[in-house]
Amino acid sequence: MSSVVVILLILFYLAILFYVAFRIEKSQSLQKKVLSNPYVYSLSLAVYCSAWTFFGSVGMASQNVLEYITIYLGPTIMAPLFYIVLRKMIRISKIQSINTLTDFISARYGKSILLGRVASICIALGVIPYVALQIKAVDLSIDTFLSWGVEEKVSGDSFLSDVGFYFVLIMGVFILLFTTRGLESKNNNGGLVGALVFESVVKLIAFLLVGVYIVYFLNDGVQDLFQKVADTPIQLNQNNSYTEWFGMLFLSGIAVLLLPRQFEMAVVENVNERQINKAMWVFPLYLMLINLFVFPIAIAGNHLFEAGAINPDMYVLGLPLQAGKNVIAGVALIGGFSAASGMVMVSTHAISKMLSNSIIMPMVIDKGFVSVWFGDKTHKIPGFFRRISVLLVLLLAYGYYVVTSSKMPLVSIGLMSFVAIAQLAPTILLGMFWKGGSLKGALSGLLVGFVLWFFHLVYPSIVEIGVLPEFLTQWTILENTASQTSAITSTLFWSLFGNLFAYVLVSIYSRQSVLERNQAEIFVDVFKYSHAYESSVVWKGTAYFPDIKSLLEKFIGTYRTEEALTAFSNKHNLKWDQNSLADGRLVTHAEKLLTGVIGASSARIMVATVVKEERIGMQDVVDILKESQELIRLNKELMRKSEELRRATEALKRANQKLKDNDELKDEFLYTVTHEMRTPLTSIRALSEILSDHGDELDEEQKEKYISTILKETNRMSRLISQVLDLENFESGKHKLQLDYVNMVELIEACVESMSEVIKQKSIKLKVEMQKNMPQVLIDFDRITQVILNLLSNAVKYCDQNNGEITITAYQIEKKIKFNVKDNGKGIPEELHKIIFEKFFQARNQTIRKPKGSGLGLAISKNIIQLHEGNIWVENVPEGGAKFSFTIPIKSKY
Amino acid sequence: MKREKKVLIVDDEPNIIMSLDFLIRKEGYELFMARNGAEAMEQVEKHLPDLIILDIMMPDIDGYEVCRQIKNNEKTAHIKIVFLSAKSKQSDVQKGLDLGADKYITKPFSTKFLMKEINAIIND
Repeated sequence: MSSVVVILLILFYLAILFYVAFRIEKSQSLQKKVLSNPYVYSLSLAVYCSAWTFFGSVGMASQNVLEYITIYLGPTIMAPLFYIVLRKMIRISKIQSINTLTDFISARYGKSILLGRVASICIALGVIPYVALQIKAVDLSIDTFLSWGVEEKVSGDSFLSDVGFYFVLIMGVFILLFTTRGLESKNNNGGLVGALVFESVVKLIAFLLVGVYIVYFLNDGVQDLFQKVADTPIQLNQNNSYTEWFGMLFLSGIAVLLLPRQFEMAVVENVNERQINKAMWVFPLYLMLINLFVFPIAIAGNHLFEAGAINPDMYVLGLPLQAGKNVIAGVALIGGFSAASGMVMVSTHAISKMLSNSIIMPMVIDKGFVSVWFGDKTHKIPGFFRRISVLLVLLLAYGYYVVTSSKMPLVSIGLMSFVAIAQLAPTILLGMFWKGGSLKGALSGLLVGFVLWFFHLVYPSIVEIGVLPEFLTQWTILENTASQTSAITSTLFWSLFGNLFAYVLVSIYSRQSVLERNQAEIFVDVFKYSHAYESSVVWKGTAYFPDIKSLLEKFIGTYRTEEALTAFSNKHNLKWDQNSLADGRLVTHAEKLLTGVIGASSARIMVATVVKEERIGMQDVVDILKESQELIRLNKELMRKSEELRRATEALKRANQKLKDNDELKDEFLYTVTHEMRTPLTSIRALSEILSDHGDELDEEQKEKYISTILKETNRMSRLISQVLDLENFESGKHKLQLDYVNMVELIEACVESMSEVIKQKSIKLKVEMQKNMPQVLIDFDRITQVILNLLSNAVKYCDQNNGEITITAYQIEKKIKFNVKDNGKGIPEELHKIIFEKFFQARNQTIRKPKGSGLGLAISKNIIQLHEGNIWVENVPEGGAKFSFTIPIKSKY
Repeated sequence: MKREKKVLIVDDEPNIIMSLDFLIRKEGYELFMARNGAEAMEQVEKHLPDLIILDIMMPDIDGYEVCRQIKNNEKTAHIKIVFLSAKSKQSDVQKGLDLGADKYITKPFSTKFLMKEINAIIND
């Protein structure tokens, strides 16, 4: 295979990659479209699948059978938890303008610069070999491709003939082009994301194509391959260890969240938290697809090649090459190349950002020589140092690759990296959910974990490679365990155990500073604080607005500063001029803006140069936090209150209307009462005046008639008064019934007895029909008597004047006593059946000719019956006349 | 010879009629009685009284209506009308006077005052 073809192929691929990134980078709208697409987001997470996946999985499967799958099962198991963990990480990062993993860590622990440095060194140590691994994979794959069937190696000794070197060079150019240009004015790297997604698609399709070819064209399908397992050196789970499985699942589950490249894609480049919802199923699906043919390819490779004939990591390439299918091999090469380059791009980008923001810039940014160098072009500082650190990272990776370019399999370095990253788990994950984690705890945990990791895992491998001078190898403390993966698991266990132990123990026994406490609060309760965050700034000190402004202008440019400050002043309704003091919110906001560009540590240092900060007492923080919590609570309370108020107002309106109605009723009632009083009073007064003025002109008979009328009218008045009072008592609920068990028969008989005189006088025929064995009823004897007498006397008044007939019936029906009085008068018009029970019905309905009464009798009766929980009503009987009835529920003692 | 003045009392309360009966006759007026609005209209047509003492709250036709009909009839428009009612609100009084009544006296009344007013109005 000609190397020219290979070079052209790769250059062609790179051209497309650059084109994609360039197109997206140039067009704002396209960039927005790309970044806001949830599938793009999901595919960008597939940066997880590096060359290690593309080549190494097959290698691992060929040796340890199914164990490779754990590295993809871990993230799959983790995916549902994205909603809890990843969403929180995104929210925190957005609020705090965090754009690197180390800033995330240092922000959590009081924005500690020291912790940021320690963490970035550890991460760089853990991840740079992993980047080197990709270089190696590319080198190895191209080498395999070119030297297939050729006895002698083509590559010479000089680095100029080294494929890895050119690869690093191209990657460097890409990263510098698409991640460090115009640094101060951009939040997201649409070009990078676009290129990455393109690579994710390429590597998946490539792997599937190669898989299909190997499984269905080179062999007779999956079944055929599985039958070959027996002939191959593969031993199914030779040391089936569940601890290893668990360890690997755990490890990869953590790595998918905390690897710098994952953090970069999943958190920093995220534009919308809701994209997680899609990613939660698309990402695992991707992992499943890319692993579909790993095992069959491993079997096919083991079957075809004799053990040791070829590096199993290269089966993907070797199988098509062996079959002479260079096109398929070319596809595999590009797939592997894209997997490697994607990982290198993002990792380098992430780590260089970390190094420049956490280590390099904080060291130099406030030094005089920097300002001398840059003069008035301070906004170029972040970009400059970023470029330097990109080169540094790539150089380190290349150096590592050159030094250790040995036989270490791809997986092994990858797993070492994973274990290093796992050391961040207590500091980050626990820190997000436990407010107690302190800076000292985080430092101790990280150091303990990384030291254990180094001496348990890295050091032995270095010794093994033999690049160290003899005397250093004496330091090997821990035995190098037989199995590669069991070394990983045991290291994972012990380092993480020590890490966690140190973190928790030191956290418990150390005091948090005020800022730490505050940051912990914001991290853990981020969903509570998202909105109130800016108003709950923990900051005390003096700063002048112009200083803050010029600081911002230095790093993010005049235009963006103006824009940001205007937005901020509008949001908080603030005004400032050349002499005004900046308040805490502005200072914090400025620091946040700077953090996005130069990283948290440098931002902190720079802000400190223009601000005279005062120490904040614990009490201040407690107050501020309380205030903001109070604010949220008050806000909710306020909303609830105003809703309540609205309802209360409505209720009040209704009540008012009712009161008004009642008032009108009361007025009317009073008016009617006084009117009803005036009538007898008029007679009394007129007659008494006549008697007094003209007594001598009247004869005895007249005098007597006058006097008896006066007496009658007086009685009428007192009756009226007592009835009005009765009614008032009933209606206002003041009247309490005097309940007793009463025999209704006796009661009715007594009523009839007291009316017998009048009935006899008017020669009315009275019929009384009562059920003999009626149960005793719990009623107020006097009141029910009053009702019955009222109904009876009405019947007497309204029955036929000449041939009056009244029928009384009383009996039990269901659980009620029913009482009826029927007369043979004219009856009552249907439309009056309801209002007849209203008070002063007669007074208000003068058009109905009725013998005079107080007009309150039926109203009182109705009240009494209702107090007994009964009903009263009137109906006309077909043969003429009215029938008044009431029922009372029996509350018998039996 | 001076024609005896005719007074019509309209009230549904017999006791009021009883007391007025004595007082009116004592003054030497000829007295007619009606217990409701319909009767009142009948009496007016029949006897054409000089003055009517008119209650307002009555079954069937109320006092206001009686007054309105009388005042709207050319033949009877000259008849003096004195309302004698338990309705004591200012609006009730005004309504009565607006209908053309000569006086509105509220119940209970002073007999002396009532007679003084009646004498004055009837001879006006």
